[in-house]
Amino acid sequence: MATKLPKEPVVVIGMGWAGGIIASELTKAGIKVVGLERGKERKMSDYLMVHDELRFQHREELMQDLSKETVTHRNNSKMRALPMRQYGTFIVGDGLGGAGSHWNGQTYRFLPYDFEIKTMTEERYGKNKIKADYPLQNWGITYDELEPYYDTFEKMSGISGETVELYGRRSNPYPTKPMLKTPVLEEFEKAAKKLGYKPYMMPSANLSENYENPDGIARAACQYCAYCENFGCEYGAKADPVVTVLPVAQETGNLDLRTHANVTQILNDGTKATGVIYVDTLTGEEFEQPAEVVVVASYVFNNARLLLNSGLGKPYNPADGTGVIGKNYCYQVSSGYSTLFYNDREFNLYAGAGALGIEIPEFTGDNFDHTNENFIHGAGIRSTQYGNRPIANNNVPIGTPSWGKEFKEQSIKYTNSILQVKSQGASMPHRQNYIDLDPAYKDAYGMPLLRITYDYTEQDKELVKYMAKVTKSIAEEMGPDHIDTVGEQAPFNVNVDTNTHNTGGVIMGAEPETSAINSYQQMWDAENVFVVGASAFPHNSCFNPTGTLGALSYRAAEGIETYLKQGGSLV
Amino acid sequence: MTDNENNQQANTTSTRRAFLKNSGITFGGIVIGGTIGGLLGNVKEEPTEQPAPAPVAEVANPNVALMFFTPDEYQTTNAAVERIFPEDENGPGAMELNAAIYIDHQLASQWGVNAKDYRLGPFYKPEPTQGEQIKLLRQDLFRLGLKRLDNYSSENYEKQFLDLEAEEQDGVLAAFEEGKAGSISGVSTTEFFKLLRQLTLEGVYADPMYGGNKEMLGWEMRKYPGTRMGYINEIQKKDFVELEPNSLQSHMGHS
Ligand SMILES: Cc1cc2nc3c(=O)[nH]c(=O)nc-3n(C[C@H](O)[C@H](O)[C@H](O)COP(=O)(O)OP(=O)(O)OC[C@H]3O[C@@H](n4cnc5c(N)ncnc54)[C@H](O)[C@@H]3O)c2cc1C
Ligand code: SF4
Repeated sequence: MATKLPKEPVVVIGMGWAGGIIASELTKAGIKVVGLERGKERKMSDYLMVHDELRFQHREELMQDLSKETVTHRNNSKMRALPMRQYGTFIVGDGLGGAGSHWNGQTYRFLPYDFEIKTMTEERYGKNKIKADYPLQNWGITYDELEPYYDTFEKMSGISGETVELYGRRSNPYPTKPMLKTPVLEEFEKAAKKLGYKPYMMPSANLSENYENPDGIARAACQYCAYCENFGCEYGAKADPVVTVLPVAQETGNLDLRTHANVTQILNDGTKATGVIYVDTLTGEEFEQPAEVVVVASYVFNNARLLLNSGLGKPYNPADGTGVIGKNYCYQVSSGYSTLFYNDREFNLYAGAGALGIEIPEFTGDNFDHTNENFIHGAGIRSTQYGNRPIANNNVPIGTPSWGKEFKEQSIKYTNSILQVKSQGASMPHRQNYIDLDPAYKDAYGMPLLRITYDYTEQDKELVKYMAKVTKSIAEEMGPDHIDTVGEQAPFNVNVDTNTHNTGGVIMGAEPETSAINSYQQMWDAENVFVVGASAFPHNSCFNPTGTLGALSYRAAEGIETYLKQGGSLV
Repeated sequence: MTDNENNQQANTTSTRRAFLKNSGITFGGIVIGGTIGGLLGNVKEEPTEQPAPAPVAEVANPNVALMFFTPDEYQTTNAAVERIFPEDENGPGAMELNAAIYIDHQLASQWGVNAKDYRLGPFYKPEPTQGEQIKLLRQDLFRLGLKRLDNYSSENYEKQFLDLEAEEQDGVLAAFEEGKAGSISGVSTTEFFKLLRQLTLEGVYADPMYGGNKEMLGWEMRKYPGTRMGYINEIQKKDFVELEPNSLQSHMGHS
């Protein structure tokens, strides 16, 4: 039997970016918040021993413990889904800060086109451009409406970057200047400019200069230490909930933070939640935490899984397209890229930062004409400099054996002499790509795992082919001795593709028939449940998701405050 | 050029094998790699006739000892990792870099018993897109894989893996890679090969505190500086800036 605790105004499940922002905004407004986090405590000084490629990148020290829970996957509904038993595609966060501690910090806004994608695509290309199997929809909010929240998120985290003409209107410039344009990035810049493009420095949460945010949090500038993606930042230079929103929430005295607290269920009567059940993962003890408002901020996968396991919202049915929970699961499409090999040039590739990169805007969203293309949306074409760590980076020209004498020679020869031109492509929803509960596999607490039914679509394959060609044309202009271009999208493989930019499953929209939540991330079917995170995206854009989910988290916090003040009903 | 290198390789290999046999302690008629076996990587250039002088620095490194392998398994692993990442004009191979010591320590660790993996059943044969569904623990897969290396070598060459010529060892490993060397308790030899390759590269390039990458020579070969507090100056330079490697130990004492 669960021990029943006294009722609290707000309980937040998960202490990553989404949960951290909500906790900080509500506690600043004087509202008591219980923060439940399944993982452990974390603080900046813990990161001093973090420059260890094996432990953090290859043994995934900061990621979720798969012995407790994972996801199952199948490419289509005719297959039996099987669990991802070891780390592959998805490296989901765990512990205070969630994935916000080990992310890269590439912090974009989505395009005005994204928020009204259905309307704008049909207006420009006609009703038939979007094929019947692609349930594309508007987001129920416009870019201009979301703009102030983007601005707040960027100021809180100190995002650096430059204004890009082809992107949405900005009320303010980025709070910090762009990161260093290194000689590596200049190679891309020169070539892109020659081809008539307008390259810009990627917006970054690795601070380009010392910065103090509106909450009074001061952080030091990035040192380009090259242990960023998959690692925590020992300087606090990388924006991370642990060094930004969480200390602010704790300072108020209104946050009751409980780590090692794994939520298994949201208690509800079908229209309203009454609280949550959680397990102390160290002792196995079970607790019931009643609350007036339940905020679900446990990342895309568990956001959908908790709702489904708790019987909240109408599950999506791929057979007839009805229902919403689990609908429009999307990923990202990055298989079109070129690798450039130089015979007598060496670059300082051991140095870098998680969000150090340069990109062109011309092939994103609807910034180019799709009339003659069999796909919509686009990709960011980019070159990055993360710091090439030695276990992960052993690039050899295609056709070289993967071990032995020749492999060793070539991988060492090119260690500091390869560059890449990559693409990060948008992912459109497909009727047959969705998430639901697995009928066979369970987590360590006996709750069904999330099942992902997903494969790349025709749209994705066309997009990859197109973008690969663009990467090749820039690569050629950069003049290396050899170029390998990859441009075929293979089937989705759970242990090969690596990207944790999952979206959808609890999507937002203008009406309850086609969406689960409104633009305040409030559930249509349960007014005191707010589901926050990239699970809200009806499709995934060609940018990293966190800037947008951060903005939506600020909007959700505003909605929760209004809801508590009004004492009920939809905001 | 290529021929010449091959010859050198063959010579080193046979020297190593000869040394192995000479240095083994005979125990009831069985030759055991014994106490000195752990130092093999470093003495291969010694003439076989003379007893190897004790390499002082190595003895002083308490990390070079076995927590998991039997001495025989260690020797087979040493031979295998050297084929994955052989000594050449760039520098030492995986054997000298102590990759087999690294592997020993990893297999003895939590990772060797899949502590952070999802282990609940049922186990089904996956489609190629679904990732490994292996019931064997990593340490068991590796141990059985080593046994399979020997059995496969015996079946095809009438010798143990360790006693094959370098090219023959490559042939055996290639058969393992392609999954054409039988099965390991129902698991494809490809899976063992993948584990071997991954662990070898880790043993060559992981921080030396894990037992491999001896004296950071793996890093030095590719001009990798290991770990520093930052590269804000170097990253702005047009020319390559070569730095002495540092291990994580250099971060101890910071606070
Ligand atoms: C290696 C890597 C690099 C990335 N780089 C970028 C980038 O450059 N730019 C970008 O925009 N995005 C990036 N991302 C994605 C980014 O990290 C996520 O979008 C973001 O952190 C998600 O925030 P969140 O709060 O929704 O979820 P999370 O950060 O995952 O937080 C959810 C929290 O909930 C907890 N939780 C889950 N289930 C439960 C439960 N049942 N009970 C209690 N607690 C629970 C988790 O432990 C976790 O702490 C990257 C991701 C990875 C893995
Ligand atoms: S690269 Fe910069 S932001 Fe990233 S961890 Fe290093 S110092 Fe921090």
